[in-house]
Amino acid sequence: MSSLGLYNYWIVIALMMVGLYAVIARGHLVKKLIGLTLFQTAVFFLYISMGFVHGGAAPILSEGVAVYSNPLPHVLILTAIVVGVATTALGLALVVRIREAYGSVDEDELERMDSDA
Amino acid sequence: MSAHAQLLIVLLPLLAAPLAALMRTPDAAWALATAIAWSVLSLALLLLLQVQAEGVLSYAIGGWAAPWGIEYRLDPLGALLQLLLAAVAAAILPWTRQSAARELERARLPGFYAALLLLQAGLLGIVATGDAFNVFVFLEISSLSTYALIAMGRDRRALTAAFRYLILGTLGATFYLIGVGLLYALTGTLNMADLAARLPAVADTRTAHTAVVFVTVGLGLKLAMFPLHAWLPNAYAYAPSAVTALLAATATKVALYVLVRFVWTIFGAEFAFGAIPLAALLGVLAVLGMLIASAVAVRQDEVKRLLAWSSVAQIGYALAGLALASGAGLAAALLHLANHGLMKGALFLALGNIAWRFGNTRLSTLRGLGRAMPWTMAAFVAGGLSLVGVPLTVGFVSKWALLQAALAAGAWWLVGAIALASLLALAYVWRVVEVAYFEASESRDLRCEAPLGLLLPTWLLVLANLWLGIDTRWTLGLAEAAARALAGAGL
Amino acid sequence: MLVTALFVVRTRDLLAATMLLGAYSLLSAGMFMVLDAVDVAFTEAAVGAGVSTILMLYALVASGRFERTPTRPQWLPLLVVLATGAALVWGTFDLPPVGAPGNPVHQHVAPRYLQQSGAEIGIPNVVTSVLASYRGYDTLGETAVVFTAGLGVWLLIGGLQRRGAAAPVLASAPHANLILRVVSKFLIPVILLFGLYVQFHGELGPGGGFQAGVILASALIVHLQVFGADQTRQIVPESLLRVLAPLGVLLYGGTGVAGLLLGGNYLDYHPLGRTPVGGQHLGILLVELGVALTVSSTMLLLCYLFAARVARR
Repeated sequence: MSSLGLYNYWIVIALMMVGLYAVIARGHLVKKLIGLTLFQTAVFFLYISMGFVHGGAAPILSEGVAVYSNPLPHVLILTAIVVGVATTALGLALVVRIREAYGSVDEDELERMDSDA
Repeated sequence: MSAHAQLLIVLLPLLAAPLAALMRTPDAAWALATAIAWSVLSLALLLLLQVQAEGVLSYAIGGWAAPWGIEYRLDPLGALLQLLLAAVAAAILPWTRQSAARELERARLPGFYAALLLLQAGLLGIVATGDAFNVFVFLEISSLSTYALIAMGRDRRALTAAFRYLILGTLGATFYLIGVGLLYALTGTLNMADLAARLPAVADTRTAHTAVVFVTVGLGLKLAMFPLHAWLPNAYAYAPSAVTALLAATATKVALYVLVRFVWTIFGAEFAFGAIPLAALLGVLAVLGMLIASAVAVRQDEVKRLLAWSSVAQIGYALAGLALASGAGLAAALLHLANHGLMKGALFLALGNIAWRFGNTRLSTLRGLGRAMPWTMAAFVAGGLSLVGVPLTVGFVSKWALLQAALAAGAWWLVGAIALASLLALAYVWRVVEVAYFEASESRDLRCEAPLGLLLPTWLLVLANLWLGIDTRWTLGLAEAAARALAGAGL
Repeated sequence: MLVTALFVVRTRDLLAATMLLGAYSLLSAGMFMVLDAVDVAFTEAAVGAGVSTILMLYALVASGRFERTPTRPQWLPLLVVLATGAALVWGTFDLPPVGAPGNPVHQHVAPRYLQQSGAEIGIPNVVTSVLASYRGYDTLGETAVVFTAGLGVWLLIGGLQRRGAAAPVLASAPHANLILRVVSKFLIPVILLFGLYVQFHGELGPGGGFQAGVILASALIVHLQVFGADQTRQIVPESLLRVLAPLGVLLYGGTGVAGLLLGGNYLDYHPLGRTPVGGQHLGILLVELGVALTVSSTMLLLCYLFAARVARR
């Protein structure tokens, strides 16, 4: 019975792993950043799932509501989303520069060029 | 204001960064950054005295008491780390002016100093905070500025190095976030002291064990624990000289600090070492790191890369100290942390002087430099001896402490590994010395010593190395006090 | 969602992957809504489906759309991923079930926010209370992260001498496309107005400085896409953005310093007003403005920088 309530977490973990796989296995640098975004979004779900309360309302105080979902994970994840997009932007800027300097954005090719240099 | 010193030490560089970014001339930004670095150093000293006199300091940001608000919390360990960060930055920033002016575009210099300030604010903030999520936020401030700073290196490989670090660093931070999330789900709190109080009740769960693993792996990535070190050698080798010196002396140290904080303060050593075979794991990885990275260092032809690999090996020493899971081992690890920061700071500044003169630090460039740049090379040799662990240097002090801790724990494997790794260190330092002093350069007989503005800060760090190597009471006392505060009276 | 994620990873056409990622973000935002996290949903929709998609498209224009077939073995990454996943699933077995009100997270720390913030802060949106006051220091850090990213991107790809007219990148023949121009002329003021509403409504309902900042920036980003970077730069010059972004951080940090000088701890808003709750109101208003300033100017600056860099090719 208890594991039924964990179903949500397992979906989240599956999403996480899809993203992680893209980061590690894929060679195109933009694809890696896409994977990183997927991975992080899944972690956001992990936190938000924790904060959820069955039958609760969004944490905006109003008359006649007794049960709210937990606001703290929401705050943390707001911060984490912002950090995520900041990281993505910086990563993309690096991709642009790498493309200009090497003429390629494929990890294997870049490694080959680096070790030749 | 001294009641707010705990906060100001982070706030000064954090708010000086946007100011520096608004400045038009490089010198103004540099002067601001340097003034901040020295103010931070005086605050760090003040705080150390305060901690020694009053014990653990706590500061409720926003006036909200923990665990509802974010708490700044400083104990002897934090004070020691902040002092290291502050001292190294205070020595490196004056040096940076001439080095950065030669290595970077003039228009980007104010932004460069702003990023350096953000890096410092991030690192100090990680050490200052008593909140597990706040660690993540400041970790990202320091990380993002680091990625940008590394990528400013002139070699195009700086770009790929920065990108690789960005990917691995972000994975590390996200793993950390998962670990913290699991802990939060179990306890409902993010405050470190509160976590420590609430964890024992739920320590027996699989979730808690998983959290230990994820926090450890995440931080392992950030601190370049072997075999998660892949980002480090190129990042150090191709970053601008000042950035390399600052990073090598501070960044991985702070990640290691967070690991110590989690294992000893939050999880409690008993639980952390009992939950997963942490001691065995750290021990094996530490020894492998020490030996393999040292061996790779011996084969490098680019001296900056050589020292970068040596850094991976030195992280192994500190991890080995942790793996002993004893108070003495912890003290030795902390001492090594601080001492290694000083050594690598001095060594990379010496290399930076060479890069300032010749534009690179290939081994072949160093031919005959013993005569051409005597002061710079003497500084390098002093730092190198420290790296090997010759008596009268800081390197000796921490290795000796580590050996004693290993003997006390009966860890003969570690004694052997230290001896072997020291021999390898002798080999790679000797390669540089041999080229610089015993190979004459046909084209270069003239003296071409670096200017005083570069030499003075370099020698400041070298002298710190020597002085703290001879008079060991102070640093040893600090490290032992920090370890005692963490591990209890078992010292 | 899992299906979308899998498609994102499988396809070798990165343009498709990016668009799918945008869709995935929107789906995520919907899921966050279902889980009662309205502020998070708002942010995810604005950032994931908006700004980061635009930036990725720029990077793709610069770096090529298609991915090579991987040559190296794929089993090692797969192994790492499966091991990590297995560890996590194993770890979940002792997690409290999703949604049960008795879970530790709902028993400790959070109850105070829900029960006391009405009296202590005096605004209905608890997320805003926690974000800007109880954990306001995290948010200062977050603003600093945005500023750091803007600074970092500028250090990497900024400061180019612009030559000639930079063409709008995404709309291929914008001057011919009358419909797009007319529609966006109507749309942009509405978006701006909506952004302001979100900024000042953040205390009552979902919203706040961050979401507002992104929305305000996106109005100008639409302008940029349709009319070209040069025209947008005439309205909001890059040099202005490079001043506004650090000013936002300073406004946030300065509000904290004001509390300090008036006798409180750092970021304590109580001394700012005549009554503690009044002080909280003023403090939150100011820091949210700081956030919006830094976020909106940084987001637009990022687009300028990428657009200029891509146009140079």
